[in-house]
Amino acid sequence: MTMIIDIGMNHLSAPVELRECFANDPGKTGTALACMRESELIREGIFISTCNRIEALFTTDYPEEARMIITSMFSRLGGIAAEDFLSNLYIFEDLDAVTHIFRVASSLDSMVVGEPQILGQIKDAYHRASVTEKTTGVILNRLMHRAFHAAKRVRTETGISESAVSVSYAAVELAKKIFYGLEGRKVLLIGAGEMAELAAKHLIGQGVESLLVANRSFDKAIQVADLFQGKAILFEEIGHYMVEADIVITSTGSKDFVITHDIVRRSLKERRNRPLFFIDIAVPRDVDPAVNRLADTYVYDIDDLMTIVQENSSQRRDEAIKAERIVQEEVIRFERWFKTLDVVPTIIALKERAEALRKAEMERSLPALSQLTESQVQAIEALTVSLTDKIINDPILSLKNKAGRTGKDTFLDVTRKLFNLDMENQKRS
Amino acid sequence: MADILFAIALFLILLSTGGFIVYIIKQREKVFLLSCITLSAGFIFHTLFLVSQYFTLGVAPVISLKSSLSFFAWCITGAYLVFHVRFRLRVLGSFVAPMAAILMIISSVIPGVEQNINPILRSAWLVVHVMTIFIGNGILAITFISAVMYLIQEGQIKRKTLGSFYKRLPSLETLDSINHHSIIYGFPFLTVGMVTGAIYAQYALGSYWRWDPKEVWTLVTWLGYAMLLHERLAVGWRGRKAALMSILCFLMLIFTFLGGSLWLSNYHTFRNLGAGAGL
Repeated sequence: MTMIIDIGMNHLSAPVELRECFANDPGKTGTALACMRESELIREGIFISTCNRIEALFTTDYPEEARMIITSMFSRLGGIAAEDFLSNLYIFEDLDAVTHIFRVASSLDSMVVGEPQILGQIKDAYHRASVTEKTTGVILNRLMHRAFHAAKRVRTETGISESAVSVSYAAVELAKKIFYGLEGRKVLLIGAGEMAELAAKHLIGQGVESLLVANRSFDKAIQVADLFQGKAILFEEIGHYMVEADIVITSTGSKDFVITHDIVRRSLKERRNRPLFFIDIAVPRDVDPAVNRLADTYVYDIDDLMTIVQENSSQRRDEAIKAERIVQEEVIRFERWFKTLDVVPTIIALKERAEALRKAEMERSLPALSQLTESQVQAIEALTVSLTDKIINDPILSLKNKAGRTGKDTFLDVTRKLFNLDMENQKRS
Repeated sequence: MADILFAIALFLILLSTGGFIVYIIKQREKVFLLSCITLSAGFIFHTLFLVSQYFTLGVAPVISLKSSLSFFAWCITGAYLVFHVRFRLRVLGSFVAPMAAILMIISSVIPGVEQNINPILRSAWLVVHVMTIFIGNGILAITFISAVMYLIQEGQIKRKTLGSFYKRLPSLETLDSINHHSIIYGFPFLTVGMVTGAIYAQYALGSYWRWDPKEVWTLVTWLGYAMLLHERLAVGWRGRKAALMSILCFLMLIFTFLGGSLWLSNYHTFRNLGAGAGL
């Protein structure tokens, strides 16, 4: 009886030092898939590796032995002894494995729940396994397609991936509600700091065209500008460049307002009322709150952004419940299909047996039928086909109905005996 | 026959209005597609209704408040469908469809006076005059709606109260750009409508301009839109100021339409048109 097994580790089960050993590396994925293909105990396999997790998903008839193969493969991939990471592994079997993969694909198991990258990474992993390395078959192909379907449902039917849960992401989302698109926009980064740079990085990731960097120390400005292929400007030039900028991120250590009401008001006329968005990450604040009262100017400070993030986090928890329900539904659907697999070999054997008998009898009778015309022989042929089909039709239907129910094994057993399916196999061998 | 066409159109537009309202709440793509298809079907039936009216009456079906409201609804729906092809802004439908539906309902409730067609109304100039004015009105209604959406969205971002509309409405620049484009397209229709009206007046009444209250108010509205367009193109007005101005202009336009049609005017009123006493 074939089992679906998933062995892996994620950000919860393993510390970052350990996950680093298996860091996302295409070469390692190739090695892992080759190992699974070469092992005779493993029928189908997929290997998923991202910066936050590794997963080996496979089907096997020998769960214990296959498990050993996979852990020793992990040990070789990471270059560490199995004892050092065994306690960090989780192992899921059958429906638990299916549920786990569905949750991973739907981004419910991610460090940042709802983050959209994971689905793409899993699709890549599946493509690698199914097309390049050809290690997948009937079960995993179906399983992965259902996982993508579940992920799509979670994305469209819940708001889980809608709301921003980090300050810099919230800032990007706001910018997208102000500007038509972020392509070709100019960002002015005043000051430095991790969060400000992260926000700048996010904005550039969204297509922002150019970045201007101002800092009290021009050296530092050049340093940050080089990091993002931006342009460094002098602190005194801020007023001048305010005319060009669309988004201004401020993060200086200044005690007074760096961006005063006056500076912005003076730039407004020359800006021809183009919207201007201030992201003020500094504490104490760099942008005079009065600036928000100017027309077409929007100022968000760190508290405003934090409020958005908090609201979104609680909203996301509600949506997560909905998402878990969708995953469960999809698992049940997959389960129904998976259970019909047991009866499939018997059905096929039954059909083959009937067809073999029919052919043999047809051949035996042919000499006696030599008087008949071609079309009459064909009519008899058709008659035998429909006769055998009719005879085995009901047994097949009742086998299909029994799939996944108790008493199924008895039914399979009786069918094999009644139609002498196993004897037939013996004769062949 | 015409009544059946109108009833089907009204039914479909109401149905799509319901769909669009469900869409703005639930945000389901399928709901939007169904609503959009229903609205398009409603628009087609409405068009058939207007065509059949035109042939039975022999004049453009806009000589009573009843029929002109229905024609106004048709123009708004049409303008929306065209804008949808251009901008793909789904949520706009949730604002447009109810507006069209309300106009249609009012049109279906008030009694119509379609008899006694004054022969003077059977003129191609009148058809062009009324058609262009109403198409202009329809497009300017989109201007108005986008301005309202802009103010809602801008208010939320400015006050930092990101309510449920925040996610559903598009970006400020998108709304501003729709506002901008709809004025650019709507204003020429309004202008052509006024010019052809003047030519028709000369042909039918012997003078281009008669200082009729509706004419005066239309001129005021036209000047409002002209100023808005000028400020937008030359001075760089946009955003909130432009949105407020376009709302003000549209309110003037509605005032002109209703006021001028019902009680202010001498010869532009439907009562006079219908009874054949005016003009």
